Amino acid sequence: MDNRQVVLKLSDLTMQFGGVVAVDNLNLLLHKNEILGLIGPNGAGKTTAFNCITGVYEPTNGAVEINGNIVIENYPKGKMKEEYKGRNLGKYTKSQTMLPDKVTKLGVARTFQNIRLFKGMTVLENVLVAMHMNQEETVFGATFRSKKARNEEKAMREEALVLLRKVGLYENKDDISTSLPYGKQRHLEIARALATHPTILLLDEPAAGMNPQESDELMHFIGEIRDKFDLSILMIEHHMQVIMGICEHIYVLNYGGQIADGAPAEIQANPAVIEAYLGGDE
Amino acid sequence: MKIQLNNKIKAALTTISIALFLILVFVGDNVISSGSSWRMLITVIEKGSIFALVAASMNLLNGFTGLFSLGQAGFMLMGAYTYAIFTIPSASHDAVYQYFGGGIIKWSIVEVLESKIGVVGHYLGLFIPIIFAGILVAIVAYLIGIPVLRLKSDYLAIATLGFAEILRAFFQWNTLGPVTNGSNVLRKYTTYHSAIFPVVIAGICITIILLLLNSTYGRAFKAIRDDEIAAEAMGINLFKHKELSFVISSFFAGISGSLLAMFQSTISATPFTTQMTYEILLIVVIGGIGSISGSIIGAFLFIACSEWWLRGLDSGSWLGISSDLMRSGFRKVIFAIMIMLVVLFYSKGIMGDKEFSWNRFVNWWLTRPQAIKNWPNKLKSKLVSKKKARMAKSDAKARLKQEKADSDYKKASGTPLFTPLPISDQVIVFDKEGK
Repeated sequence: MDNRQVVLKLSDLTMQFGGVVAVDNLNLLLHKNEILGLIGPNGAGKTTAFNCITGVYEPTNGAVEINGNIVIENYPKGKMKEEYKGRNLGKYTKSQTMLPDKVTKLGVARTFQNIRLFKGMTVLENVLVAMHMNQEETVFGATFRSKKARNEEKAMREEALVLLRKVGLYENKDDISTSLPYGKQRHLEIARALATHPTILLLDEPAAGMNPQESDELMHFIGEIRDKFDLSILMIEHHMQVIMGICEHIYVLNYGGQIADGAPAEIQANPAVIEAYLGGDE
Repeated sequence: MKIQLNNKIKAALTTISIALFLILVFVGDNVISSGSSWRMLITVIEKGSIFALVAASMNLLNGFTGLFSLGQAGFMLMGAYTYAIFTIPSASHDAVYQYFGGGIIKWSIVEVLESKIGVVGHYLGLFIPIIFAGILVAIVAYLIGIPVLRLKSDYLAIATLGFAEILRAFFQWNTLGPVTNGSNVLRKYTTYHSAIFPVVIAGICITIILLLLNSTYGRAFKAIRDDEIAAEAMGINLFKHKELSFVISSFFAGISGSLLAMFQSTISATPFTTQMTYEILLIVVIGGIGSISGSIIGAFLFIACSEWWLRGLDSGSWLGISSDLMRSGFRKVIFAIMIMLVVLFYSKGIMGDKEFSWNRFVNWWLTRPQAIKNWPNKLKSKLVSKKKARMAKSDAKARLKQEKADSDYKKASGTPLFTPLPISDQVIVFDKEGK
């Protein structure tokens, strides 16, 4: 088996909305420097899983472990407990959830399915916002431009420009972010995520709406940033070409549940996956 | 051809224009006698700068952090009261608090400072109570913010509006009379003696707001305004930053409240109603949501209109027109119409979300002669294009009529309107039961 260090571990992650189980007992391991794919038909619960990892939702049950620290852990309570029929009931006893900003500080950055850039800001400012969380200066110092604040601002700007050069957006640095072409907006979103100094990058459909050539470029781009920034990447994607071309390991979800996991070739041959995607014959 | 000024020239222009403005205010304040009708100009500048400050503080909250809050009048009221209560000279206490036995607080900050450090204390006595009022308001805003800032958009507006009204009722409460003088006016407190004072204080405060907005914290505020979820995913602590913006905004609202108290020289809780918040909101909207320079321009325009230029509408004759319609209150009708026009046709306000820049200012003036020369041509081409559009519309109408007539003819003559799909040999039958 894989003996690389585990950076992200989901154990029995479950998310219920009322009676709907959006994510059902998901167990997932992300190793260091691995590119992991998470696929499944629409509504399979992929994005919900992302939201549970990043703290947007409080999972009904299960735990999320980042770099060996349990950051989110929950057990079913109240009505959920009955509906859940006591699965994994005794397993998790703590109840803790982190807000998204804390999870980001632990080194988990993400992008969004429908691009969420800061509309009114330039490309450079978009990246600078992501660096704000590492600032040590207080509001007072920052307002009155203390020496520390000026130095920090200067360092931030330099770093942001280096980052933009690396992802090929240097020429567009003063453009308004939403005026960029679609592909570049995706690149900018990834650049913004990288500016938070992550160790784990979660990409939510990075190739959505791209033509084959663009998605091909994106594939290389993701591979490159993995090497350059020493990242472990978990990505949701519908483009099979991208997923099969870049991922080392793939998890398949359907109706919240995990139906298969393995190397791309195994997944392609797996009858359960084919059934989920194409529908079984009666 | 566009002119790009370098930073040194821009800084020089800014300094010169600010200095010129201050000198003019100072000279005007001393030269114009209080009987002259031009005295109104000084009043407008004083009140305008106070409202510019409170509008800028509201813009920080509404335009830059995206928090739709309507509590500004309440915080102004609190600032005004705090300032007044702590600066009434001890000799005047019996006269002011005549229904409450001279009040509880028997000292004033100014007197304490004067007795400790003499003349310096007298001048510090103008500034320290203002800052004290601001800080007290900020503390109250912090406490209000803890429950209220968990709400979003309209709900936040309603909650802050409610809190502002509660503050107003609280200050008029009879039980608190020994401190707040109940629903009676507070008077005889220290005020400034030169119109330059509120201008300078408001100027310093607005500069601080601008500096804050251009720091990394300002960027974080704008990120929250643009997209809360993305901002949170970028490691920005939503609650902390919202609270920060709310407290800072309230601090400056408190300061402008105390300036207003000084300007009016008597203060009571009655005028700080919701209507006042709407007036401030109006200034922000007219100036441009997300532009501090817009708020400043808007504040001066609004105050000049309501205090000076449109005064005649209430008293019977305005610009030589006199009518029976022009009775007290007519000014507000005209105001409402003007506001509707601004919102309908100029919804971004005077400045939009851009700040004043010397480059744009200079280029605008340089391009005016050309623009005026081109104006007839522009108008002509506009008319031509309108005519074309009208012709195209009538053409399309005629074509549609013709087509309809054709199809009617076809129906009548029995020609099939569509050709039926060819029936293929292999018919797929969906059998539900299955065999």
